[in-house]
Amino acid sequence: MLELEHLSRRFGDKTAVADASLTIAHGEMVGIIGRSGAGKSTLLRLINRLIEPSAGRILSDGRDVTGLRGAELRAWRARTAMIFQQFNLVNRLDVLTNVLCGRLNQMPTTRVLFKIFTPAERALAIRALDRLGLADVAMNRADALSGGQQQRVAIARALMQEPSVMLADEPIASLDPINAKVVMDALLDINQRDGITVLTNLHTLDTARTYCRRIIGMAAGRVVFDGKPEELTESVLHTIYGDAGDGAVLDERMTSTSLPMGIIPAMAR
Amino acid sequence: MIPQDPTNDPAYRLFVQRFGSLRRARIAETWLTIAVLALLFLISAVATDFSPEQIARGIPRIGEYFGKLLSIEPKRGAPSVPVLAWDHLFGGVKEPQSVAYWFYRIDVYTKLLWQTVQMAIIATVMGFTAAFVLCFPATGTLLPLRPVVFLVRRVLEILRTIPQVVLAFIFVWPFGIGPLAGILAIGIHTTGALGKLFTELNENADLRAVEGIRSVGGSWLAQMRYGVMPQVLPGFLSYGLLRFEINVRSSTIIGFVGAGGIGSELKRVIGFNIYEEVSAICILILLVVVALDLTSERIRHRFIGNTV
Repeated sequence: MLELEHLSRRFGDKTAVADASLTIAHGEMVGIIGRSGAGKSTLLRLINRLIEPSAGRILSDGRDVTGLRGAELRAWRARTAMIFQQFNLVNRLDVLTNVLCGRLNQMPTTRVLFKIFTPAERALAIRALDRLGLADVAMNRADALSGGQQQRVAIARALMQEPSVMLADEPIASLDPINAKVVMDALLDINQRDGITVLTNLHTLDTARTYCRRIIGMAAGRVVFDGKPEELTESVLHTIYGDAGDGAVLDERMTSTSLPMGIIPAMAR
Repeated sequence: MIPQDPTNDPAYRLFVQRFGSLRRARIAETWLTIAVLALLFLISAVATDFSPEQIARGIPRIGEYFGKLLSIEPKRGAPSVPVLAWDHLFGGVKEPQSVAYWFYRIDVYTKLLWQTVQMAIIATVMGFTAAFVLCFPATGTLLPLRPVVFLVRRVLEILRTIPQVVLAFIFVWPFGIGPLAGILAIGIHTTGALGKLFTELNENADLRAVEGIRSVGGSWLAQMRYGVMPQVLPGFLSYGLLRFEINVRSSTIIGFVGAGGIGSELKRVIGFNIYEEVSAICILILLVVVALDLTSERIRHRFIGNTV
């Protein structure tokens, strides 16, 4: 169980996350929605401890992880795998090595420095890549792949970490609808088959509705909604997305990029 | 952890079957490179008598020179090795081991040092400008005209391969003894050296920005100016300032062959075995280089944040 207690983060005089309290059970798949700048990315980075909180605590199964340092901190990061909007792969390394990077936390320094991976580690990496349909491109350079493929490599890297939580920060925001569906299906599969908790920031409401049984809405750094997709009424959406002040009206036909379930049966795994 | 041996996984077996040889080839390539470099090192070490024993034997003796300096009895009249002594430090011009004795010609040194720095400034600006112009047509990723790239690259190579001292000798003939020969020699070498470094920076520039400028109908020059220059200019400046520091030292050395500046004076005092003056000049050169290093760091930091 992951608990956030009154978590806050300020950048200068700007508050990115304000007093966020959440409890997330093992194996949940949670979608976080909100406008750009609502604090969604900061929240995920706080959980992974890429950013230090200004106030509040993070508890994992009752253990306070807010103050972890050094090796313990790195181990916590390995347990909470991040997936980024811009993939954050190492372009000049091949796909296989990128995926093997998911193991760096558990490897002794000499093997890290001399890039020595065991056959078992390579086999696990290939298995992860194969699961995402990418075993064929294992020896290609990461930047030779398409965006959708790169994001799946990033997910394979996250799988190599054998995490208990996956934090996906706008994983499909730079992808076309078909690739977006492939990536979201992969996350759902990881959640259901491996029982890994998935927290994902999403720009598109219908994606959140389709994939997540629990949705958290953020506005101006605060958690303003926490419930089931069915409870996302017009007025709730107005609280989350607000009035832009520029007369823009929320219209899902414009924001939607996801395809209805089952439109590409070949992709459904 | 997954219980069974993951290497028995069919996907991994397929991977080994398909890519195993490719992977082994890449590893072999790495080892071959390491082996070739190690061999080159060994050959060079043998050829130049670069032996570990000799280094090991020499290391304990490194302090000897300085020990000698300190152990000399302070006495009236010039000691064989120049030292500054505390009890004579603020003595007059006639008193050996005093600051005034060492630096009694400070006015001449300052003028000559300033001339040396000026030589370096002119040579660096000249070389920087020429290298800046030449580096774009020397970058294959930016200019798809192979013969031009080939030609410009060879020109840059020739410019930096001729030793500066040789160039200075050549230029002393037509331009006479004085700073001009030195400036030209250093400027030409700077063009070749900076040209290569600039070209490498250009090669690493992100081509997406260039594509962006091409997409709006920009000419090749516009692509270089707006797509490449903003990315590479901070690097150019960094290398340019580093080169300036190197050029200050170079213009000192080049003075030895009659090309003006503090170098000519240094050669003279070395020739006459006036060790106090040799030490004084060396200290002054060191101070100038440190001062330049500090200034160039400030310039660079100020520059990096700005748009170009």
